[in-house]
Amino acid sequence: MQNQNEKDPIIENLWHALGALKEIDAGQVNKTQLLGQPLCYGKDANDVAFVWPASERHKTHTPVNFEALNRCLPVQVRYGYVWTCLGTPSEEIFDIPEYVEPDRRNLNAASMGVHVSAPRAIENFLDMGHFPYVHTDILGVEPHTEVKDYDVTVSADACEILATRCLFYQPMASQASAGGADVEYVYRVPHPYCSILYKSSPLDAARQDVICIFIQPLDQEHIRAHMLLSVLDVDNPDISIRAFQQTIFGQDKPILENQFPKRLPLDPRVETPIRADKSAITYRRWLRQKGITYGVIPAAA
Amino acid sequence: MNEAAQRIWHPIASSTDLPFRHTYHGQLLGREFAVWRADDGYVNVWENRCLHRGVRLSIGINDGTELKCQYHGWRYANRTAGCTYIPAHPADAPARTICNQTYPAIERYGLIWSAEAPVGELAYIEVLSGSAVFPLRGIAVNAPAKLVMQKLVTYQFQPSGQIKGQTATSQLLSSSDDSCHLAATDGAHSTTAVFFVQPVDAGRSVIRGVLAETPADDLKRPVLYHHNQLLTALREQVEQEFSTLPQPAPFAPVIAPPSAPTLPDIDFDSPSPRGRSAPLRVQVSKKWMTALDIAAFDLVSITGQLPTYQPGAHIDVHMPNGLIRQYSLTNGPGETDKYTIAVKREAASGGGSLCMHGQVREGDVLAISEPRNNFPLRRDAIQTVFVAGGIGITPLLAMSRTLHHSGLPQTLHYFTQSRDHIAFPEILGTMAATVQHHLNLSPEETAGQLRGILESYKPAMHLYVCGPGPMLEATRKIADDLGWPEPAVHFEYFKNTNEIDDSSQFEINLARSAMTLQVAAGKTILETLRENGIELPSSCEQGACGTCVVDILEGEPEHHDVFLSDGEKQSGKRLMTCVSRAKSNRLVLDI
Repeated sequence: MQNQNEKDPIIENLWHALGALKEIDAGQVNKTQLLGQPLCYGKDANDVAFVWPASERHKTHTPVNFEALNRCLPVQVRYGYVWTCLGTPSEEIFDIPEYVEPDRRNLNAASMGVHVSAPRAIENFLDMGHFPYVHTDILGVEPHTEVKDYDVTVSADACEILATRCLFYQPMASQASAGGADVEYVYRVPHPYCSILYKSSPLDAARQDVICIFIQPLDQEHIRAHMLLSVLDVDNPDISIRAFQQTIFGQDKPILENQFPKRLPLDPRVETPIRADKSAITYRRWLRQKGITYGVIPAAA
Repeated sequence: MNEAAQRIWHPIASSTDLPFRHTYHGQLLGREFAVWRADDGYVNVWENRCLHRGVRLSIGINDGTELKCQYHGWRYANRTAGCTYIPAHPADAPARTICNQTYPAIERYGLIWSAEAPVGELAYIEVLSGSAVFPLRGIAVNAPAKLVMQKLVTYQFQPSGQIKGQTATSQLLSSSDDSCHLAATDGAHSTTAVFFVQPVDAGRSVIRGVLAETPADDLKRPVLYHHNQLLTALREQVEQEFSTLPQPAPFAPVIAPPSAPTLPDIDFDSPSPRGRSAPLRVQVSKKWMTALDIAAFDLVSITGQLPTYQPGAHIDVHMPNGLIRQYSLTNGPGETDKYTIAVKREAASGGGSLCMHGQVREGDVLAISEPRNNFPLRRDAIQTVFVAGGIGITPLLAMSRTLHHSGLPQTLHYFTQSRDHIAFPEILGTMAATVQHHLNLSPEETAGQLRGILESYKPAMHLYVCGPGPMLEATRKIADDLGWPEPAVHFEYFKNTNEIDDSSQFEINLARSAMTLQVAAGKTILETLRENGIELPSSCEQGACGTCVVDILEGEPEHHDVFLSDGEKQSGKRLMTCVSRAKSNRLVLDI
């Protein structure tokens, strides 16, 4: 059970993704953890998902009779993932309108474990300045290191952060282009532990590929990052699309695991932000205003 | 709880843990360090966190002069740990306050020593005073230092000269909380050893042994093997014992948030009569003629570590004759043990260069300002072109050395009267492939060369120019003609030769201080501010260096400086308070 002082009612009442529905074997027990609490989950032959508190009786990959479970947690399947909530769901899962466009391919790129807090992982997802250093020759390359000014706003209802006009030099803007060019990104943060990235599509200049990260907080300093791709690519097989994203995330993982402290400090004096960190500064302030305490080091009052 | 231990020097690494351009992850009392040796031999012991996002610097890149963070490429200088470059904002000089926490380091007995808050010097150990000490391999132990020390005092080993024997007796000569001296004797053979225990954390330690004598070459490996074997057995025994005891909670060292580095502690830090502060005291450690009519000076601190500089930075030198002059630092990256400046003898000068040439000698003490950088170097160019004329080489030498060290594409064009006028030939010789000398050219010939140099502008190329006014003007004009956009052309004048008409009178409104002041004819904005108690940093006070810049919120400025580009002047957003005035009756300034 969660330690009392680790309780964060806001986070507890939010929906969190546990895994991709497609990757679950029907009729079997799967084990995971959320906010320090061990959970079991599974699906029946009709793709109906179940989540329930772990118990000794249920062993991983053994058959389970879902009808016999006496206490299940709230469950939803959205964007191809099983979501649950440990408390009382306070709001709907955020909308990603592009997901239902008929010509998109939606797939789980990976679910990766990382020894870091959820907010550190989100902040890394929002960050462009590391592209030339961490994703060298893919998302960036030296000497093109400048982060140009961009816009960050918080929606009127304070539900969502939006970063727009984010331009960054990419050595291979697309498979079709011979040289580098600035690529435009838009970032949304509709949930303290989830973010959505829109990136100009190499195939259709008017549309964007969508990459989402849904962070499952195992505890305050361990996560699983679920990556949803919703792309317009028709040529490449799933395996190569996944491999690309896994390469990118595999480059971030050792950096994230070497961040200290692992929880995100919300006191603005603890780390040294620069103009390029506008979205991270907004994100930290937003977490602070929401009163989030899980996975962060709250600022002194 | 660790305060006593924090005051004591402890070994944190072996000298051999710091091979060429390596970064070592050191630990002491629960605190992590990034430990690295610069190419000049200096051992840096730093807090193991990048100030930006907390990534361990022990996974960073040691380039021999600076440590570069893996995450966003922030660079920190040898010795000072001050940030010298933030790649996300290539046009900006990082704020001086971005400076990592450093810890003292001493290299002795083949070990690196440090402490969080040492009291006193690291004491010399009599038995290790010889030059032939022999450090053993460090042995990590999962047990508290105290428990390890309790076992170490009974450590039995063979003297090096009788390593295969079994009959030695070890005698404890002395011991303390964190070290013990032992002597092993077997017949005629005797070896003295000192063992230190490094408290890594509450339940972890490292045994670091040093023998007083280096064994004969053929015995080195058997001796190391002998102690490895015995100390490993000791480790197993201590760990076994510790596993039965209550496990202590790990230490939780406090990581202080970054703060402005404190300036060297000095008593006589008062602003000079003209209001330009010179908080540093340096000694001329070397003075030499680096070229015909050009004297070079190495300045070393007598008041603590010199502050971090970046390429393009200058200092104010307060001379014995009361004059204040600006000189660019010529140092390469990480050369933080001294500042090197060069001064050209100008017969027609106001006495600054004559004083530096004639009066200032090796051993003299000078007051200088902290380095200021109003001429920052971008490092994101696909090609950087430097154009130096005469003594204008000084800031560009620092820049060119920086790019050269990082292997970034550049050419340094150096225009001089003759070979004898080439300053710092020994340094230029080390980067000969990037330097092109242009000797003894007329202004027309110079312009012809410049047209050739600047003819093929491409986006992301940058030009840096420094030299005499006419040459600088010509270079800017040619660059403009050949399609170089203004933001790609960076320049620094030695002085402002514009005639300044200061007969106007106007009002200044200080938005942040909520004050209204009248600037009288014959007075500058800067002087008016000072007279009213508002201190603004300044340096050259003739509109060349850019230090006293302020933002304009309202009103039309009348520019008299040579710092701002034409585009910046037209935009009317900033002015130099030391020379510029107002065309409108009133200026609202962001002060």
